[in-house]
Amino acid sequence: MLKPRISEATVLDSLKKMDIGKTVRIMEVCGTHTRAIAKSGIKQLLPPCIELISGPGCPVCVTHQQDIEKVLQLALEPRVTIATFGDMMKVPGSTGSLREIRAGGADIRVVYSPIDAVSIARQNPDREVVFLAVGFETTAPAVAAAVLQAVQSNAKNFSILCMLKLIIPAMAALLNDPEIKADGFLCPGHVSAIIGTEPYSFIPEKYGKGCVVSGFEPEDILESIHLLAKQIKKEEYKVENQYTRGVRKEGNRTALALMEKFFEPHSVLWRGLGPIEKSGLKLKPHFAKYDAKEKFGISEVEAKPSRAECICDQILKGKKRPDQCPLFGRSCDPDSPQGPCMVSSEGTCAAEFYNA
Amino acid sequence: MNDEKILLSHGAGGLKTQRLIREIFHKHLGNPCLQQELDAALIEVSTHKLAFSTDSFVAKPIFFPGGDIGKLAVCGTVNDLAVMGAKPLYLTLGLIIEEGLPIKTLEHLAYSIGQTAIKAKVQIVAGDTKVVEHGACDKIYINTSGVGSVPPELDISPRRMAPGDKIIVSGPVGNHGMAVLAAREGLNFSPPPVSDCACLNDLVDGVISGGASVKCMRDPTRGGLATALAELAEQSGLGIRVFEKDVPVDPAVKAACFMLGLDPLYMANEGRIVFIVESTDARDALQEIQKHYAGRGACIIGEVVGEHAGKVVMETELGTLRFLHMLEADPLPRIC
Repeated sequence: MLKPRISEATVLDSLKKMDIGKTVRIMEVCGTHTRAIAKSGIKQLLPPCIELISGPGCPVCVTHQQDIEKVLQLALEPRVTIATFGDMMKVPGSTGSLREIRAGGADIRVVYSPIDAVSIARQNPDREVVFLAVGFETTAPAVAAAVLQAVQSNAKNFSILCMLKLIIPAMAALLNDPEIKADGFLCPGHVSAIIGTEPYSFIPEKYGKGCVVSGFEPEDILESIHLLAKQIKKEEYKVENQYTRGVRKEGNRTALALMEKFFEPHSVLWRGLGPIEKSGLKLKPHFAKYDAKEKFGISEVEAKPSRAECICDQILKGKKRPDQCPLFGRSCDPDSPQGPCMVSSEGTCAAEFYNA
Repeated sequence: MNDEKILLSHGAGGLKTQRLIREIFHKHLGNPCLQQELDAALIEVSTHKLAFSTDSFVAKPIFFPGGDIGKLAVCGTVNDLAVMGAKPLYLTLGLIIEEGLPIKTLEHLAYSIGQTAIKAKVQIVAGDTKVVEHGACDKIYINTSGVGSVPPELDISPRRMAPGDKIIVSGPVGNHGMAVLAAREGLNFSPPPVSDCACLNDLVDGVISGGASVKCMRDPTRGGLATALAELAEQSGLGIRVFEKDVPVDPAVKAACFMLGLDPLYMANEGRIVFIVESTDARDALQEIQKHYAGRGACIIGEVVGEHAGKVVMETELGTLRFLHMLEADPLPRIC
């Protein structure tokens, strides 16, 4: 595995000596960062003036309850086979979770790649196979590749329930929310490998906040925090790329072209953040026959509100911490999650639960 | 018989069943006791303390790099006995077979079971074969039960753990879980991760007869090393402190876990043992473990401590502390 550039001891030493003069709040907007921070215990090492807060980085967590209800509705269709990433299995909805519905006899399969779902469709011509497309820009090209394969192999029994989201509009929404006080962002390494570093430039230019695209080893994250702290101290805000071994300025043009061919942006609902303009992806009209919403005529479903005490929406915006939730670790744990942040290993609550 | 498939009649108890038993199981597992074909095995044991264990195996796929469900079924029960300090003696073998399984596949598994049993020096003395309709099980499910004799003076129990005892793991962790996952999901890692599946009774015997004061042992199967340690901490009422830098993980397993959002400390092992050993004997025990082919990668990973009662705390490579809890639910791959 490729290793980061510098040692954590050097970074920590320098961070501790740095006199920033105020408390700085750094937000990560990537679930893999959330998990890595919790697992490595980075917060224990940081000087008290640096506070890390988790933003809406886990794709499962930001999937709106309305979408979850659509998923469950579809899973209960007798002719439908659902293919999904593992994280989605436990998300609770009004009729249970996918895991519970599967135990009741529904055909739900965990896959590791969207392409696997096309294979399932080919092997089961009498079933309608629907892939649950949840994720950010990292996942979108792989979903596009699956649709491309379905087009090429004329897999008429394959479709996707598209719930893909874009991180840049979500970051803009966070920056427009006066209640969210982040001084800088750890930008997601995997997403940036696709989109490059350019799309973040509005953050320093328009909002005067720092941005560092970061890798995922603990040393990467520490170095990125250090780079952000230096920007904040000098009040010189820019987009820096710490994850040079994975991210190029222009991103991955092949992947972007594939996304562009199949998807177009549209407004979607985010859990915790509400509706955000052009923050989701949907299949272009030309590929509508692969869109499960069109194919099965799925209507908007009213979402049952989650338990009143659940504060996942506040946690997703970094306004509250998991330990401030009355359910955390009591009636809400990874085996019986009450809210989405406890479901995925990348959710803020699950990361805290496992590693605190 | 080799081109045939298993039919429901192979499990009906008639001539076909008898032919299957004789041509496949007696051929590969044969021993005088099994060949008597009695309703129950008659065995003589000269011990006053027996360890007795049972385990069922439903692995998917049934063949994976480093092993198959047959080898797994023998190793699983042998290791359960071995970690109690028992010398495994006899196993029973129960098979539930899906109609349509090629007989060649069954024979392949029987051969694997036989060879593993020979290596582990255990005899399979009783068996049962049932066949269920196509779709009612997934190819083959295997149950093994086993007995082993425990030397009267040996006391292997978490109750004996004490602060200062060292914790040794007999090799890199997570290989079996990742090997089966990669084989099941068609994840083309190159080279593919290989299961650590192995019978470890010899290894355990070497350590104990070498004179090391072994307080307790555990085979960290489902739930992985973290769950095994968490159980030991809970059952002993003491704390366990491990050092991330000392926990052996193969680089390929580490990289695959990173990609899938999984943690090698929670991935299953089928050929590893956690030893809790008196501190002064730890070096000798480690050397003894490393002499065995399955223990070459053994390491001392931490110690039993007086603080953090009932909990496992891991010092990370950054020097921070992380609690390791029991596995809460199935490890599921994440999205991105």
